[in-house]
Amino acid sequence: MPRLSYRRALTRALADELARDEGVFLLGEDVEVGASMVTTGLAKRFGSDRVRDTPLSEQAFTSFATGAALAGLRPVIEFQIPSLLFLVFEQIVNHAHKFPLMTGGQCAVPVTYLVPGSGSRTGWAGQHSDHPYSLFAHVGVVTVVPATPADAYGLLVTAIRHDDPVVVFAPAGAMDLREDVDDLTPVPLGRGRIHRFGDDVTVVAVGHLVHDALAVAEELAGQVSVEVFDPRTLYPFDIDGLTESVARTGRLVVIDDANRACGMAAEIIASVVERVRLLAPPRRVTRPDGAVLPFAPALDRAVQPSRDQLATAIHLTMKDET
Amino acid sequence: MTDADPVRLYRTVRLIRRFEERAVELVHGGQIVGGIHPYLGQEGIAAGVCAALGADDVLAGTHRGHGHVLARGADPARMLAELCGRVTGLNAGRGGSMHAADFSLGVLGANAIVGASGAIITGAVWAHRRRGRDTVGVSFFGDGAVNEGMLLEAFNLAALWRVPVLFVCENNGYATTMPVAGAVAGSIAGRAAAFDIPAVQVDGQDPETVRVAAAAAVDRMRAGGGPELIEARTYRFDVHHTFEHAVRLDYRPPDEVTRGRARDPVRIQGERLSAVDRAAVDAEVEATLDEAVRFALASPQPDPADALAYLYASGMTARTGGG
Repeated sequence: MPRLSYRRALTRALADELARDEGVFLLGEDVEVGASMVTTGLAKRFGSDRVRDTPLSEQAFTSFATGAALAGLRPVIEFQIPSLLFLVFEQIVNHAHKFPLMTGGQCAVPVTYLVPGSGSRTGWAGQHSDHPYSLFAHVGVVTVVPATPADAYGLLVTAIRHDDPVVVFAPAGAMDLREDVDDLTPVPLGRGRIHRFGDDVTVVAVGHLVHDALAVAEELAGQVSVEVFDPRTLYPFDIDGLTESVARTGRLVVIDDANRACGMAAEIIASVVERVRLLAPPRRVTRPDGAVLPFAPALDRAVQPSRDQLATAIHLTMKDET
Repeated sequence: MTDADPVRLYRTVRLIRRFEERAVELVHGGQIVGGIHPYLGQEGIAAGVCAALGADDVLAGTHRGHGHVLARGADPARMLAELCGRVTGLNAGRGGSMHAADFSLGVLGANAIVGASGAIITGAVWAHRRRGRDTVGVSFFGDGAVNEGMLLEAFNLAALWRVPVLFVCENNGYATTMPVAGAVAGSIAGRAAAFDIPAVQVDGQDPETVRVAAAAAVDRMRAGGGPELIEARTYRFDVHHTFEHAVRLDYRPPDEVTRGRARDPVRIQGERLSAVDRAAVDAEVEATLDEAVRFALASPQPDPADALAYLYASGMTARTGGG
């Protein structure tokens, strides 16, 4: 059973799709050398026509990809830094995302925006440590945040084959994970995954926090039976899968490494309570409102959701019986 | 590939002129909601440039974009139906005036974000050529766009990768109400020069002059050249947007408007035809537009139940917004 790292899983997905479909090409800053260590070796194998370094012109190359997609290709753009998505939000939302509707269905824009190393990398400070996935869910762009190497492979492959724009957040906190993988296959969008079954509370964990949630669930095993639900895709969200889980457990806690107001945790809770009568008020563990990640490591950690906060939230929701 | 026929060039400018005049009437009549940015006065640029293009070429336009779509040969009836928000419109009533597109003709859409079309067209042309076509592209934009970083980044990419895109700046003197002198440091052609993009200034009021310049640029690009820029000096005969018909904004001196309107591309091209030919074209255009108006207004309105049809090309559907 080969052991595969999350980072290599992304590389493998890119290589497999480049090999499978001539229309796929990769665009980004330092992708030929592979500064992110995800695209390593791809330029050599596929040539600079398929794996192409760009100047530092995020807005232009994002819309260049839109144009190439309108002409029938399947571009993949790598962004080294999650905050660059703020710079190209206009190009993704106003153009790539809106073209199919605005043109009355005359076109498709199959572009994948890959962000290897989203969220905190520890010590990269305010402008390199965001996790802006809720913005894309809000505007309706397909948004995936894989938690495991196998899901990273499967969701990236699916994203590249998908006929609409997809943003793939690969959290820095997951990039060095390894797992034994037998079978690499595409993973469908909008389908969550239960990593651990439980009876008392459903914890929804986004991205790398799945592993923290599993550790907390194990820690609490004698006291509380925790189910860990990994949505994998934030938009479209597997609300049916989560509803089924929460209908069994009756309690809901969400842990989400992004800012609190208007975040995914809020959306997940709202979507569940519209459908399920809970036994206790739901809880969320997030970054604070308006968080900017401070530089010093202790401060960086202080604004990210922690295992302790999750354990506390689980205990509170267990006590909060209504 | 270039169409040098003066009668067809006249027909294009005349068609755009009369289309726009009728569209303005429909705005005033309430049949077109949201108003339009009339292309009146600038017809010679779209007509001249599109006469230089071939079937595999692509273009993208601006919020003032009706002329580009019509000059490329889109059906005026379906274009007008789009402006009226009907299901028979080019975009099934989902785009309207500022987003009219006809992908079957390589019209990748009017685009209402200033400066946005350059990079999109650059990517589209690069992709078509990678697939073995001889495509060139045109990115139309106004003088306001030359201060948008996104467009200047596109100049750099197109020049760096030698993507044959003709950047056409329609310099009508104003970005909404802001005169060029108040907005543009340096010059428009100078921006092209910074990227080693060949640039020419032409009289945008003469459709034939524009056509000749565009044809020469397209020939060079097809022969392996990189991007080029044409700055077409023009004058907008009417308002930035039809809301100005209700709210008078004071930014263009009346004598400037009079002088600007004196150089009329429709008249200039029309004088190259015999009176008989001109009358025949005019009559044919009028009949075409009579039919276009009839078609547009007789076409069905879209069903509100389908408001988000086409949102996802993949066929995904979105949650409804109701409780």
